[in-house]
Amino acid sequence: MSTKYEAVIGLEVHAQMKTATKIFCGCPTTFGAEPNSQTCPVCCGMPGVLPVLNRKALEFAVKTGLALNCRISPYSRFARKNYFYPDLPKAYQISQYELPICEGGWVDIMVDGQTKRIGLTRIHMEEDAGKNIHEGTAYSFVDLNRAGTPLMEIVSEPDLRSPQEAAAYMRKLRTILRYLGVCDGNMEEGSLRCDANVSVRPAGQKEFGTRAELKNINSFRFVEKAIEYEIARQIRVLEEGGKVIQETRLWDSAAGVTQSMRSKEEAHDYRYFPDPDLTPIIVDRSWVDTLKASLPELPDAKQERYKTVFGLPEADAEQLTAELPVATWFEQVVGAGAQPKAAANWMMTELMKYLNDDNRTIDDCPIQPAQLAGLLTLIDKGTISGKIAKTVFEEMYATGKDAAAIVKEKGLVQISDSGAIEQALDEILARHPAELERLKAGDEKLVGFFVGQLMKAMRGKANPQIANELLRKKLN
Amino acid sequence: MKLNELTITELRTLLDNREVSAQDVLRDVQGRIDEVEEQVKAYVTVTRDEALTMAKQADETLAAQKGSLLTGIPIAVKDNMCTKGIRTTCSSKILANFIPPYESTVTAKLLDQKYVLTGKTNLDEFAMGSSTENSGFHTSRNPWNLQCVPGGSSGGSAAAVAANECIAALGSDTGGSIRQPAALCGVVGLKPTYGLVSRYGLVAFASSLDQIGPITKNVRDAALLLNLIAGHDPLDSTSAPVDVPDYAPYLGKEIKGLKVGIPKEYFIDGMHPEIDQSVRDAIRQLESLGAVPVEVSLPHTGYAVATYYILATSEASSNLGRYDGVRYGHRAKSKDLIDMYMQSRSEGFGPEVKRRIMLGTYALSAGYYDAYYKKGQQVRTLIKQDFEKAFEQCDVIATPTSPSPAFGIGEKATDPLQMYLSDIFTISVNLAGVPAISLPCGFTGDNLPIGLQIIGKSFDEATVLQAAYAFEQSTSWHTRRASL
Repeated sequence: MSTKYEAVIGLEVHAQMKTATKIFCGCPTTFGAEPNSQTCPVCCGMPGVLPVLNRKALEFAVKTGLALNCRISPYSRFARKNYFYPDLPKAYQISQYELPICEGGWVDIMVDGQTKRIGLTRIHMEEDAGKNIHEGTAYSFVDLNRAGTPLMEIVSEPDLRSPQEAAAYMRKLRTILRYLGVCDGNMEEGSLRCDANVSVRPAGQKEFGTRAELKNINSFRFVEKAIEYEIARQIRVLEEGGKVIQETRLWDSAAGVTQSMRSKEEAHDYRYFPDPDLTPIIVDRSWVDTLKASLPELPDAKQERYKTVFGLPEADAEQLTAELPVATWFEQVVGAGAQPKAAANWMMTELMKYLNDDNRTIDDCPIQPAQLAGLLTLIDKGTISGKIAKTVFEEMYATGKDAAAIVKEKGLVQISDSGAIEQALDEILARHPAELERLKAGDEKLVGFFVGQLMKAMRGKANPQIANELLRKKLN
Repeated sequence: MKLNELTITELRTLLDNREVSAQDVLRDVQGRIDEVEEQVKAYVTVTRDEALTMAKQADETLAAQKGSLLTGIPIAVKDNMCTKGIRTTCSSKILANFIPPYESTVTAKLLDQKYVLTGKTNLDEFAMGSSTENSGFHTSRNPWNLQCVPGGSSGGSAAAVAANECIAALGSDTGGSIRQPAALCGVVGLKPTYGLVSRYGLVAFASSLDQIGPITKNVRDAALLLNLIAGHDPLDSTSAPVDVPDYAPYLGKEIKGLKVGIPKEYFIDGMHPEIDQSVRDAIRQLESLGAVPVEVSLPHTGYAVATYYILATSEASSNLGRYDGVRYGHRAKSKDLIDMYMQSRSEGFGPEVKRRIMLGTYALSAGYYDAYYKKGQQVRTLIKQDFEKAFEQCDVIATPTSPSPAFGIGEKATDPLQMYLSDIFTISVNLAGVPAISLPCGFTGDNLPIGLQIIGKSFDEATVLQAAYAFEQSTSWHTRRASL
């Protein structure tokens, strides 16, 4: 981005709540079912039916508000957002307007090693629409399975200044929602969606520029790409002496561009008004306190604890806390007696590599946390070398067996008996007189050569520290 | 005497003693329908076959001595309450072919008791009107004078009861739609407190005002039917979590010392003189029973009609959006999506419904919301407070139900404003959410019924019924039947 301009970005994130049933009826919310198989008169908008709020959805929204430092409104309301579309069965969406469930709040993100606080405007609850399916030009189909799925709309202040910040904010939000268990955060399946309000202004100017609202951003990669494109487009318009107009633009991921969808003048008049079918939501203080007490340790707090209590570096702490199941796994390894730093290293390198290659998540890892701790203990006690440990790990991953069993089975116990090592070393030195001379003359590269030969001879089981010491001794 | 001329109470005894069967009762009711329905046109759908099946089932239940209040009682249901598997039209062409796959809570309660559904009664389309002239199918007639309207919007239900084409009926009341037709047809109609009766399955007109209630031949039947349909429903968030008292013990309780508020704003110059006279006589009658008249004021009465037509139309404009031809109901032949919406709705809705959708859409529009909808809500609060203040001085309030007796078909049809004034005495009650009953209190010189309205405190249907019953039992108006 040209340094002459500054971008101003605010995100409206729609998070599908992970409730078992819909927000105003008892239909299941499972993704990918046969079209219209998860519907009832209520979510089909039949005449005379009435909505009843799913208490779990309210609980999830309040929990999210608490985790994001919001004020929980003791009195809030549902409102109707009126517009016609075939996927909207009642011709209005039940949403919240004047009195949302949560107001204010913030999310901290890391920008260039610094913490930046992104303000929130509000969080409100609403129902999702169904889906239109177009096949050919003669007619279309409507699938109402998704209609009535509970959503939270999390609206940020215009505090973001770059596509990278926007992406970091989205990722952080996703992490927190997943920690809370209120949303699975799957952008590809549409359970996390985002609209971005983007404007640019000359650097140093106080007033915001005219904004465009970007819709249809459906992956983390596109959050950055779409905003990046839009900033460049707006700068280009300004540089060419033009004016940015207030409009809604659609992100076209195939073409990598945003395209005008409708101007401000064409914007819908949604005729919001309080939904008379739903009574005001009165949130009891003591219930909020109970929910607050039930919140899990959140990523920021966990990260801090990993640094202070476990002595992990920032990067390790951040990586391990990004997903709650990974953090939980890590804590179980440490709980089983492993050194935190060693556990972190093994998880972030070996374990993650194996899982990634295998397309598995930590939840179906063939190794149990206590088993990794067992392996680390063997290294720690000098029973096996780090190198052998990698072989053992591979075997553990493949078979699910304990490290100790594998070591015993395969005779991999490290040899720390200096007599045995010395005997083997003497044989090797005798076999390579020329190399020995060069080493004695100061060619340090040959230390590696001899240790390597020794390891080969002893099938990797020699304690490398003792081997090194003995070699030095022979040279003197 | 024919069985169809009896009340729930009278039939209950006969049925329970096995002196008559449910099928006997139904035979007389259906005979009467055959005899007069062509003239009265109370029904949109007569459920002849379903009724026979239901009567047989009722007889089995009675034979097993498992009968309850409504077992075997033929009841007519306004055609805006969903009945599973039975066409429910709201008297609108847009729903002419709509068969609900679910049952309204209220009719489900009736089904539990093995009632007999005689049919679905006519109404002004989507309950918008005061005469049934806005029905998308036909205008119902007043059994007292077939040239006159039965009132509305529950005109079909009131006419069916008055013509003995059923034993009792259910109506719905958004601005007077139970009480005004009850008054015009000389029967009893009760609009319960908002939230007392579940609205689940009642096709919404104005959600914050709609209430289902009984239309019956006398006060006792109204009390019995209300007892059955009242109560919290987990399917309706606006239904109140209150304990419903048994109303029966209040019937026959004396009303000595009962303070009856007379709101000066309801007795105005230019009122129909015979109605004015009858209602004043009725108040004197209550006084002779020991009640104490108290003059009260409901100062914001003059704003009620205007407020109602802002709020009710706003809600209606949103409630009726779902009739878009996509999932059910009428779908017009069309070129594209927008055309489908426009043609389906243009063909499906009648002029009054369109008028109200337009009014409501306008009132909710950006830039007008504060001046109309929001202001309307504020005035509604004032009207509610009027009643709260008045009820500090009295137990019930007595007024005329309607400013005029049944009017001629076509007389007001071309002047919507004149028609809207038909509900001038009933609308405030809906805005305030309080209960009110209409019962016969006299007849005009032309032998048209006049209704007395008794309004009560929120959830105090018991006192309303107590006063109404005391009045009814001390007069003979309710015993008169239309000679048809």
